[in-house]
Amino acid sequence: MGNEFFIYLAVMTLSTYLVRTIPFVAFSRKIKSRFIRSLLTYVPYAVLSAMTVPAIFFSTDSLISATAGFVTALILSLCGRSLITVAFFSCLSVFVIGLFC
Amino acid sequence: MNSLRKGMIDGLPIGLGYLAVSFSFGIMGTNAGLAIWQTVLISMTNLTSAGQFAGLNIMAAAGSYVEMIVSQLVINSRYSLMSVSLSQSVDKSFSTKIRILFGQFVTDEIYAVASSRGEEIGRRYFFGLCSLPYIGWSLGTLLGAVSGDILPASISTALNVALYGMFIAIVIPPMKKALSVTVVVIISVALSIFLYFQPFFEISSGISVIICAIVSSVVGAIFFPIKDEASDENGEAPGYNNETSALKDEASDDNGGAPAKDTSVSKLNDKEVHHG
Repeated sequence: MGNEFFIYLAVMTLSTYLVRTIPFVAFSRKIKSRFIRSLLTYVPYAVLSAMTVPAIFFSTDSLISATAGFVTALILSLCGRSLITVAFFSCLSVFVIGLFC
Repeated sequence: MNSLRKGMIDGLPIGLGYLAVSFSFGIMGTNAGLAIWQTVLISMTNLTSAGQFAGLNIMAAAGSYVEMIVSQLVINSRYSLMSVSLSQSVDKSFSTKIRILFGQFVTDEIYAVASSRGEEIGRRYFFGLCSLPYIGWSLGTLLGAVSGDILPASISTALNVALYGMFIAIVIPPMKKALSVTVVVIISVALSIFLYFQPFFEISSGISVIICAIVSSVVGAIFFPIKDEASDENGEAPGYNNETSALKDEASDDNGGAPAKDTSVSKLNDKEVHHG
């Protein structure tokens, strides 16, 4: 792949870039609407939870090890552990359970 | 602490997670017939996960450019929602020029960490936050492309849950603090599960995320509106910070002080009494 690669790359990069940047630039003023501001307050948590469930359960070889990772992350988060601790032990439990199942 | 350094520290777990995820992209790239530098260049310019995997497939299959554009728009459309949300949390140091420069760094994880802080996001902090994830993403791709399948499957499989684990760690603390967030998350998850398993129509994960996020956030905004303090400000809008910090100040403080929880909860209760 020679020139074609660069065209693909340009098309791909530009569409990704515009999707991200246009709204970022367009909404540079503070939105006044209380409804919209309330909505945007909840968006981060809504987005993250929708991305995580159910996808996490199918992210490893088996449902069992994925569930172990999920439950570990849940418990450690409830105990208020930091992002990296939660991520690390979540991976570790998938690894350990994966050895047996 | 220096805000650049603070950003880098917050970005470290993202960078490590990216190192793991992009490793598999690197492997896929060379397997698909791309040169090492081409695979790395895709990561350095795009900084997306699902979008890159889809793009790679289209390249390998010599698909059309229209197909490329449509797939990227569909898969990455959730970033538009995040950019709108993030645009409201950044401070005045984010001029148009800076927004144009930093736009491509709005990833799921960077957005998640930045927007779950209690305070306005400054330019220096954001730059620090983006730096290690960017390096991790590019470096991981390079390592994967160069070394191929050297990681045992058991390890690379385990690494797949790293970023999901991080998402959970971001979402749970505010759920403990505020009923409103719990309700929004439950609706979002329920809808996400439904869309995943329903047999009626095909739906991409990117679109599914948008539907779930908008529906559940609208419900949240209707039943649990935030305190309205900023509407008469002249752009400084400290009110935005104050009210959202009730929900957002969980990310960095670990086992957060009990008093903070009480105030945020009472704040939300107040709201319901006044406006409910």
